[in-house]
Amino acid sequence: MGLAMKETINEFTTVFHPMHIDAGAKMVPFAGYNMPVSYPLGVKKEHLHTREKAGLFDVSHMGQVKLIGENAKKALESLVPVDIIDLPLMKQRYALFTNDNGGVLDDLMVTNIGNDCLLLVVNAGCKQADFAHLQNSIGNECEIKILEDYALLALQGPQAGEVLAALAPESREMTFMTAKVLIIEGIECLATRSGYSGEDGFEISVRNDQAQQLAKCLLAHEAVEWVGLGARDSLRLEAGLSLYGHELDTEHSPVESSLVWALSKVRRSGGMRAGGYPGAMTVMNHIDDGVTQKIVGLQPEGRAPVRDGALIVDDEDNVVGKVTSGGFGPTTGKPIVIARIESALSGGTKKLFAIVREKKLAVEVVKLPFVKHNYYRG
Amino acid sequence: MTIKYSEDHEWVELTEDGLVTVGITEFAQEQLGDLVFIELPEVSDEVSQGDNICIIESVKAASDLVAPVSGEIIAVNDRLNDEPELASEDPMVEGWFVKMKLSDTAEFDALMDEAAYQEFIEE
Repeated sequence: MGLAMKETINEFTTVFHPMHIDAGAKMVPFAGYNMPVSYPLGVKKEHLHTREKAGLFDVSHMGQVKLIGENAKKALESLVPVDIIDLPLMKQRYALFTNDNGGVLDDLMVTNIGNDCLLLVVNAGCKQADFAHLQNSIGNECEIKILEDYALLALQGPQAGEVLAALAPESREMTFMTAKVLIIEGIECLATRSGYSGEDGFEISVRNDQAQQLAKCLLAHEAVEWVGLGARDSLRLEAGLSLYGHELDTEHSPVESSLVWALSKVRRSGGMRAGGYPGAMTVMNHIDDGVTQKIVGLQPEGRAPVRDGALIVDDEDNVVGKVTSGGFGPTTGKPIVIARIESALSGGTKKLFAIVREKKLAVEVVKLPFVKHNYYRG
Repeated sequence: MTIKYSEDHEWVELTEDGLVTVGITEFAQEQLGDLVFIELPEVSDEVSQGDNICIIESVKAASDLVAPVSGEIIAVNDRLNDEPELASEDPMVEGWFVKMKLSDTAEFDALMDEAAYQEFIEE
């Protein structure tokens, strides 16, 4: 275990743990870690702060792993339905590990950081399984190096660009889904212009022994506040972004989770490197022939939130779907829902209802996201 | 005016003979987090102590408000329909939930006083 991963009552803490406590965070167990769900500001204000200014998130519980070697790109391509071989230097791409049935084992970010090296960021809850999957599947083709002594911060919000530019002017050149090595107050870190809030922003990988100092530099800017996992979830929900264990699971292919956009053309039927990943036949058939279920946004009519797991029925009470993520959107000021429903109903022509406490609440199929993405594309 | 407290973190204020106003305590609203939706009972509902009378939804989860005493609901705070945040921001005054007519004053008398409640939440 690295320096920061001290185990307390079967829970890991990140290197920022003392800062969270000092900031008055409410700490909860999450994926084996003791993490801040909210700070004294509260979920709603933290959410709105991120949409208006800049939020700082400790996401060090996520797994960071390097794949090193001349075969690393080719090796990773054998596990994901995404073009990795042609991923340009210092560019980042969203990818998915699939299983033999075409289901999703995890979603991840992949960055080509040069020198035959890829940096992967995977979900905290899946990371041990992901590391084993990488080791077992491609451990002979490249070196797999788990970055245990690195922390990860996300700086998200419309002012994230100017906050980082004040500390590292070279970050101005970065556009959405690109990476750059930055020196901030003498601290070397790897930043990508990405995140999971729907806002412009960065994810910054930094060595544990310099991480607190970096966080303090960022928090010194008046626009920046710590934001917890509670608001991280409501932000991604408003942004219509999939969350593993909710929209994504081993039972549904990426196509059934409406992630066709993430499947590179070159890896689809007729592409130069079609297939060649676990469950490829199923996934390609799903793209070519269509699927019976998909992920959609639903807008409930009233103010009552509709929660995960709620059933969706039509006007004849036939069950036609299930809520994968439901909550309240502080930006929209309304309840918001992502659900997996029968594809035939995704056009929104038929009246649909969510079952909440045995009552039928009218819901309307709407286009995702609920809040427009605000990425910096240059 | 006497204010008493329930183990479910509600305050119950005796306003005139046999009438009470009910809301949630500061401690409860801190535990719940930002409130986003409240479903109130119907005026003239007869409820028993311990019945679920309101649904309280925070950003993250749903909980129930139970009747701290038995009686008839004589008024509900309609403002909570459109401004559930009142119960977070001002739980003791503007964020009241319901007014009730007590059916058994002994139930009210048996609730905790301020000192007992403070001790209760510190446990």
